[in-house]
Amino acid sequence: MQNHRVFDPYDFTWKFVEIWGFIFMKLGILFSGGKDSTLAAWIARREGYEVNCLISISSENKESFMFHVPSIERTAKQAEAMGLPIILKKSKGEKEVELKDLEEAIVEARNKFGIEGIVTGAVESVYQASRVQKICNRLGLECFNPLWQKDQIELLRDLVKEKFEVIVVGVAAYPLDEKFLGRKIDEEFIDEMSSLQEKFDINPAGEGGEFESFVLDGPVFERGLEIASFEDFGSGNSWRREVEVK
Amino acid sequence: MILVVNVCRERLHYYEFVKPVLDILKDCDILVSHYLDLKQEDLAICDKVIICGTSLKDNGFLENMDKFSWLKDFDKPVLGICAGFQILGLTFGGKAKKKTEIGFFHEKFGSEFLGLKGEVEVYHLHNNYALFGDEFEVFSPRDDSGEPAGDEVVQAVKSKGKDFYGVLFHPEVRNKEMILEFCRL
Repeated sequence: MQNHRVFDPYDFTWKFVEIWGFIFMKLGILFSGGKDSTLAAWIARREGYEVNCLISISSENKESFMFHVPSIERTAKQAEAMGLPIILKKSKGEKEVELKDLEEAIVEARNKFGIEGIVTGAVESVYQASRVQKICNRLGLECFNPLWQKDQIELLRDLVKEKFEVIVVGVAAYPLDEKFLGRKIDEEFIDEMSSLQEKFDINPAGEGGEFESFVLDGPVFERGLEIASFEDFGSGNSWRREVEVK
Repeated sequence: MILVVNVCRERLHYYEFVKPVLDILKDCDILVSHYLDLKQEDLAICDKVIICGTSLKDNGFLENMDKFSWLKDFDKPVLGICAGFQILGLTFGGKAKKKTEIGFFHEKFGSEFLGLKGEVEVYHLHNNYALFGDEFEVFSPRDDSGEPAGDEVVQAVKSKGKDFYGVLFHPEVRNKEMILEFCRL
């Protein structure tokens, strides 16, 4: 049994925090348009923080280790649906240059929106998380990773519980194929991914790049998005869906 | 019962520095408390204590070191992680030092330390560390001959008189079994 006294809303500690004003820290979300960064944004807002802007890097390198690629330019539409400004920066996606591009985007967010911290959707990737930590440390910003080390099935279940509408827009691992494109993350999807995890050792939330997701709606949105059109590209177990949303 | 102590100033950091430890301890009887809320009865009913880490920018606990004075008379096993490691050092006469390490590093252990031995990959996230007094034995870093590598950042210590363990790295990221080993003491 786990006794979580820290979550009592009337708890003295959090009253102390409120009195000292820390709870209203202004944050920027490092945003890919996928499930992890969107869920991280929601957790920050749910915990009382002020989400001031989104920051997205559009990488031209489809093999980028830092940034997710499918549908990233649709993040502007997502930002509009969330009622948030977005800093969208293009990057050639070369290994260390893209970090410089990210740092410039974060500096722009700090200057324009007065953010005091960055939130990421990092779960397992030390490569991504440690590089963002280093940038934030250099800039004197807090760095928050609210999904860090989270169990992947728990993460998927949280999305369903919090009523996020998330679809698959890319696959890159056997036995995932074009039939997964457009699939919603729901209980049936979670059961299937759980079963594939047992059979093929797949990361059920796609942490190893097995699939990419796109969020259409959820508690952090002011209005939901709809798919206007889409086009699929790929073969075998490597597919992506380019979506137009309205 | 294991008492897990949250030292984070920011509420949102709970998910990054406390919850991963709780997930490792999912089959254990757990009580979670913020260090500013810690009560004598919590310390009385628990069997062990884990003091978690916090973010690079969060040094709020250093301004409230008096809240950890209970450690001086405590005689149950304690594991201090990163911030908890610094708290152990400072409580027992050590000194805070500045050193930034972020990401994966390899650290050398001499004799076994909560299941860790030889060269071990660990995850670091700190701007400070602690120098420990004579009450603590340094388990890492060790040089090739197994002797303490005196001029390097202290990574892992154990109290000579008590079951107090401290690690500067974050075992909840790469060395989860180490936390379970502590729970089996």
